[in-house]
Amino acid sequence: MTGAQALIKGLEREGVAHIFGYAGATICSAVDVLLTTPSIAYTLVRTEQDAGHMASGYARISGKVGVCMVTSGPGATNLITGVATAYMDSIPMVAITGQVPSNLLGKDIFQEVDITGAVAPFTKHSYLVKDANDIPNIMQEAFYIAASGRPGPVLIDIPQDIQTQILLPQNEQAPELNIRGYKPSDRGNDMQIKRVLEAIDSAERPVIFAGGGIFLGEAQQELLEFATATQIPIVTSMMAQSLIPTGHSLNMGMVGAHGNPCANYATAQTDLLIMIGSRAADRAIVDPDGMHKRMTIVHIDIDPAEIGKNVRVAIPVVGNVKTILGQLMEHSTEAHTQDWRTLLQTKRNEELSRGFTERAGHITPPKAMRLLGSKLADNAITCVDVGQNQLWAAKHLPHKHGRFLTSGGLGTMGYAIPCSIGAKIAAPDRQVVAICGDGSFQMVMNELAAIVAEHLDIKIMLLQNHVLGLVNQIQNTAYSGAFGVSLDGSPDFQIIASAYGIASAVVSEDDDLDGAFETMLNHEGSYLLICNVHPDAKTTD
Amino acid sequence: MKQTISVLVENRAGVLNRITGLFSRRAFNIESLAVGVTDDPTISRITIIVDSGNSVVEQVEKQLNKLVEVIKVRTLSDGTFIGRELMILKVNANAKTRQDIMTICEMMRAKVADISATSMTIELSATPDQLNTFEGLMRPYSILEVVRTGVIAVQKGAGKI
Repeated sequence: MTGAQALIKGLEREGVAHIFGYAGATICSAVDVLLTTPSIAYTLVRTEQDAGHMASGYARISGKVGVCMVTSGPGATNLITGVATAYMDSIPMVAITGQVPSNLLGKDIFQEVDITGAVAPFTKHSYLVKDANDIPNIMQEAFYIAASGRPGPVLIDIPQDIQTQILLPQNEQAPELNIRGYKPSDRGNDMQIKRVLEAIDSAERPVIFAGGGIFLGEAQQELLEFATATQIPIVTSMMAQSLIPTGHSLNMGMVGAHGNPCANYATAQTDLLIMIGSRAADRAIVDPDGMHKRMTIVHIDIDPAEIGKNVRVAIPVVGNVKTILGQLMEHSTEAHTQDWRTLLQTKRNEELSRGFTERAGHITPPKAMRLLGSKLADNAITCVDVGQNQLWAAKHLPHKHGRFLTSGGLGTMGYAIPCSIGAKIAAPDRQVVAICGDGSFQMVMNELAAIVAEHLDIKIMLLQNHVLGLVNQIQNTAYSGAFGVSLDGSPDFQIIASAYGIASAVVSEDDDLDGAFETMLNHEGSYLLICNVHPDAKTTD
Repeated sequence: MKQTISVLVENRAGVLNRITGLFSRRAFNIESLAVGVTDDPTISRITIIVDSGNSVVEQVEKQLNKLVEVIKVRTLSDGTFIGRELMILKVNANAKTRQDIMTICEMMRAKVADISATSMTIELSATPDQLNTFEGLMRPYSILEVVRTGVIAVQKGAGKI
C-alpha cells in the first residue's frame, strides 16, 4: 500500500463521500487513487479558496467532516482563506495539501510553501507527514480532532515522495486512537448545573443567548425543549440564525450591532443571561466589559478558553451543549417570566410588522427578504454572503425549519455561492438559495462553472447596487465620504449567467418581486435573480 | 507581574512554533523560555516566564491547553517552586584582577570554566536575581559576553505537574 492509497483508504474509513479539490503536480498520486475509488465523488472547484467554502457548506449540512484537497504552493496559499473562514466558525474540516518531496523541503523549490506554518494560527491542528507509515493514524486523528470537542479545520500536508512510499504491512491499519493531550469534556459539572437551575428559579427577566455551537453540538431539539419547559425567551447570534422558527413565540431575534432591536433590548434588560454555545464576539455583544455588573451571566460552552474570554461569567459550565441541556432538563421547571415574555413579544411583533423606506425603481431589501422567506420550502437552506446582503438577510429573512449559513466569524465575501454548492451536494433534495451582493458575487462567479458541471439546482438572489454597499454605508456615516467602492466595470450579470447556460431575470420594483420569486423557485435548475437595489439603501433603514 | 508557566508537550517538530504563536498573536512578550526533554523521551518540558496580569495568563493557559500537542499546563505561583537559571559570563581578566574576580566567584559559588591570559569564563547556576547581582559585580572588570539559559522550574515538595 502506498502513502496515497493509505490516505484515500483513511478517507473511506472515515466515511468521506465527497472531496472538493484542485489537482496539481504534488497531489497527483492521491488524485490517481481516486480514479479507482468510486465511493468518493470529486468536485473540481475554480479556485482553491472555494474548495474550503464548499467543504464548509457540505459539513454544515451533512453533519460530517468536510474534505478539500489541493496542491502545494499557490494551491495551498489560495486555500488559506477557506481554512481561516472555517476556523472562525468552528466548522469540522480536513484540508489535504500536496507538498514538494521531503528531501527538498526548505530549498524553496517550485511550488513549495510552508503551509503548516502559515495556517498554524487558524487551524485546530495540522500535520506535516514525514513517513507514510504514520498516515493511517494521522487520518483517524485528524478526523477525530476536526469533529470532536469544539470542531475546526485540520490540515494534512503530504510531500510527494511520502505519497509514493510503500507502507510496512503491519502499519496499514491504524492503531487504537489515543491522543494524550486531547480529551474534550462532555458532561457539565453537577455543582454548576445546580447553580444554573437556582439562578433560573430566582430570575425575573432571564434570556437564553444561543450561538452557533447549538448547531455544531446538534442540540437544536434540546434547546427548544429547554426553552419551552422553562419559558425563557431566546435571542440568537448570527451563527444561530434559523435555530428556531422566526415566528416562534420565544424567539426574540438576533442580537448585536446589526441585530434586531427587540433582541438587543432583551439582552440589555435581562437579569440572567444564559449563553449557550456562543463566544459573545464583538459583533454580538457590543459592551462586554460592563455586562457582568448588570446581570448574572451563565456561560455553557465546550471550549473552556471561551469562558471568561470576552465577558466575565458568574456561572461557567464546560461541556457538550447537548449533554448539558439534557442535564438541565432533568430538573427544569417553568421560570416566572409571564410579564417579561409579554413585554418582549409586543416589541417583537411591532418589529416584525414594521415598514421600510422604499425607493422607486428599486426593490426594498428587507421587504424582499420577508417575501422570499415566506415562499421558501420549509427546510430550505439559505447561504448568505457578507456585507449589506448578509445583514438584511440575517435581520429580516424569516425561517421555518431551514438553515441559514453565512461566514459569521471571519466575514469572508464570496462565501455564499461555494457554500451553497457544498450544501446542495450534501442535501440534493433540499431547496438551496444563495444571497449575494454584486461585490461578493464578482469574487466567486467563476464557480458558476462548478454549479453547471455538477448539474446543481441553486437559486441565486443577487442584490445589485453597483457599489460595495456596507463599506459605502460606513464611509458615508463615519468617514469623509465614499471612496473606492464603486463597482464600475461590472458586467451584465444576465449575460454572464447565460454564458454558463443559467436562466436569469432582473427585478426593479417591489410589486414585481412576488412573480419574480415564483418564477425563480419554480424554475427547473439553477437561476439568477438580479434585484436592483438603490445605492443609498442602508441596513439601518 | 512575572508569572512562571510550566508546560508538558509532545517532543515533536513544530510544537514550539505553535506555543510561541499563541503569545505573539496576542502581542505578549515572552521574558524567558527554556525547553528540554523530560525523563520520558517523548515528552518535553517548557518553562515560560511572562510579565502580564492574571487574566492574561489565565487565557494563555487555556489556549495552551487547547493545543493538541500540549499534555499539561500549570502556572506556578510565587514561593511554591524552585527556579534556576544557568549563566555563562566572559569577563576581561589579567594578572592584576584575576584574584579579585576569584574572590567574588567563591562568594557567589560560581565556577571558572575557562581561563586565558586576558579573560575568564565563569559559570553560575542560581536564581535570576542572583545572576543579576553577579553580573553587576563583574561589570567593573568589563564583561565580554553573557549567555543565559532562561529559567527552568519545578514545584517544591513531592508534587509534580
